[in-house]
Amino acid sequence: MTTFSLVPPGAPARPAGVFTRRDGLVDSLLVAGTGSACVLMLVMLGVVLLDIVVGGGRRLSWEFLTAAPTHGMTAGGIFPAIVGTALLTFLMTFAAVPAGVATAVYLTEYAPSNSPLARGVRVAIANLAGVPSIVFGLFGIGFFVTTLGGAIDSVLFGGELTFAQPSLIWAALTLSLLTLPVVVVATEEALRSVPQSLRDASLALGATRLETITRIVLPEAMGGILTGAILAVSRGAGEVAPIMFTGAAYFLPRLPSHLNDSFMNLGYHVYVLATQSPDVEKTKPILYGTALVLLLLTFLLNLVAVIMRSRSRGKVKPAQF
Amino acid sequence: MPAHPRSSPELPLVVVKMRTRGLSVFYGEKQAVHEVDLDVGGNQVTALIGPSGCGKSTFLRSLNRMNDTVDGVRVTGEVELDGRPIYAPDVDPVVVRRHVGMVFQRSNPFPKSIFDNVAYGLRIGGMKDKAELAIRVEKALRHAALWDEAKDRLHDSGLGLSGGQQQRLCIARALAVEPEVLLMDEPASALDPIATARLEDLISELREHLTIVIVTHNMQQAARVSQRTAFFYMGKLIEVGETQRMFTRPGEQATEDYISGRFG
Ligand SMILES: Nc1ncnc2c1ncn2[C@@H]1O[C@H](COP(=O)(O)OP(=O)(O)O)[C@@H](O)[C@H]1O
Ligand SMILES: [Mg+2]
Repeated sequence: MTTFSLVPPGAPARPAGVFTRRDGLVDSLLVAGTGSACVLMLVMLGVVLLDIVVGGGRRLSWEFLTAAPTHGMTAGGIFPAIVGTALLTFLMTFAAVPAGVATAVYLTEYAPSNSPLARGVRVAIANLAGVPSIVFGLFGIGFFVTTLGGAIDSVLFGGELTFAQPSLIWAALTLSLLTLPVVVVATEEALRSVPQSLRDASLALGATRLETITRIVLPEAMGGILTGAILAVSRGAGEVAPIMFTGAAYFLPRLPSHLNDSFMNLGYHVYVLATQSPDVEKTKPILYGTALVLLLLTFLLNLVAVIMRSRSRGKVKPAQF
Repeated sequence: MPAHPRSSPELPLVVVKMRTRGLSVFYGEKQAVHEVDLDVGGNQVTALIGPSGCGKSTFLRSLNRMNDTVDGVRVTGEVELDGRPIYAPDVDPVVVRRHVGMVFQRSNPFPKSIFDNVAYGLRIGGMKDKAELAIRVEKALRHAALWDEAKDRLHDSGLGLSGGQQQRLCIARALAVEPEVLLMDEPASALDPIATARLEDLISELREHLTIVIVTHNMQQAARVSQRTAFFYMGKLIEVGETQRMFTRPGEQATEDYISGRFG
C-alpha cells in the first residue's frame, strides 16, 4: 500500500486532494528509522566509553603514568608506552604534515586543472587512503626496514646492523604514509575554501603566485589545515597494525633514545596485554588503564582540533575557554 | 550647427596611455574577444559598455595580464603601455600589474587590518620602513576618500567596513602602489546609490592622478564619469568615441539600440 498519488499529465491544474499530506506514513517511518540509528550509535559509543572509563579509571594513578611495567607486565605502569607514543606521533607529524601540505599546495595552487600529473597524484592519494593499515605495516618492513635500512647499513655502517631493524624512525615513516592522504585531502579542502577573489586581489597588486600563497592563502587556510592535520595525526596515533612489524616493542622498560631504537606504544601495549598476557585476570586493570590513557590522548588531540577550528571560524572567542 | 556625418572624426587623444592592436582572447577554443583596436587616453576615464557576456571583463583583464592567471586563456595581438608592449616575451606580468592596477566587481579586502590591506602592495614591493609605509598608506586612503572614516580605526579589520567603504579600501589598496592605470570592473555594481555616487565622485577626482578604464552596465554612470566610451558587442569593439557624442549621436545602429535600452 502506498500513500503517494501522482498527478497524471493533463489532469486539472488542482485536482482534489492536492493539498493533503501524501507522505505521512513514509515520513514517520523514515524519522523512526533514522532516529533509532542515531540512538543506537550513541548507545554503542556510550557503552564503550563507560566500560573503559569505569574499568580504567580505577587503575589510573600517578604511578601508573610514570612507572615502567614490572612483573611480566602484570604490575607497574605504562610510562615507556606513553613516551613511545608521543615520540612516534611527533616524528610522524613531522614527516607527514609538511609533505602533505606541500602536495596539497601544489595540487590546488599550481597544477593546471587538466594536468595529468595532478590527476595521477589524486588517484594515488585516494587509493592510498583505501589501503588496509596492515598492508602499510608490511610495506614498512619490506621497504623501510629491509631495503632502506639495509642500504643505509651497508653504505654508512659497513654492513653492521644499525638501521635494518624495526625502529622508531621506520615506524614513524610507515605511519606517516598512512596519515598522508588525510592531510592532503584536508589541506586541499582548506585551500579551496579560500575565496579566489583574495588571490586575484593579491596578484593584481603585483604579488607573485608564491607571495600570494605565503601571505594570503596559507594564513587564511591555516585553521583548516591545522585542524585537518591534528585529526589525521590523532587517527594515526592509535594505529597498531603499521607499527607492529616496523618498530613497536613487546616489552622495553627503558626509553628510546635514538631514531633506530625500538619503542613501546600504547595501542600496541593494549594489543599485547589483551592477547599475549600470561595472566589475563591480573593484567585486565592495566589493560583498561592503558586503553583509557590512549583514548584520553586521542580525545585531547581532537579537542585541540575542535577548538582551533571554531577559533579559525571566529565563532568562539578564545576567552571562553 | 552642421549635421555630423555618421562616423564623426574624433579629436585626437592628447596622450595615448594604453593601446591595443588586434587583441583577441580565447578561453580554450572559444574566442571571447575579437581583434580589438582601442586607444586609452592618459588622465581620462574610458568606459567600456555592452551587454553582459560581450567580453568587457575579459578585455579589461588582458590590460594588466590578469588573464595569465586563469587556466587555458590565450591572448593574441598587442597591448602597449606608453608604447611598450606588455605581452613581449621578456616582460614580467607581475611587474605589469604594478603599473596597471585593478579593482574588482565585488570588494575583496584581505581579512587583515585596514592599514595592512593598504600596505600589502607596498610590502610586497619591499618597503619595510614603518614611517614611510604610514605616509604612503595615509596618502592612498586620502586619495580614495576613505581617510576621514578610517583614520581612527586603521588597525581594525577591513572586513568591518561598509560595502562602499570596502570598495574604497580596495581602491586605496590599488592606489598605494601608485599605478599609472587603474582598471575597474563594475566597481559599483554591489553598492547602494549613495555609495555609488561617492565612488563616481572619487573616480572623477582620481583622473587627475592616473588613467582609468571602467566597465559599467550603467549608462548614466558611463555618461557621468567617463570622457570616452567604448561599446562592445559579442566580443567585438563596435564603436568608441567621446562619451558625450556616443550618447547623443552614436555612429552605429547597434550602439544606439543598446544605449536606448532596446537590448542588453
Ligand atoms: N574563465 C572563463 N572560462 C571560460 N569562458 C569564460 C570565462 N570567463 C568568461 N568567459 C566567457 O567569455 C565571454 C565574455 O565574458 P566576460 O568577459 O565576463 O563578459 P562581460 O564582462 O562583458 O560580461 C562570455 O561568453 C563568458 O561566458
Ligand atoms: Mg564582466
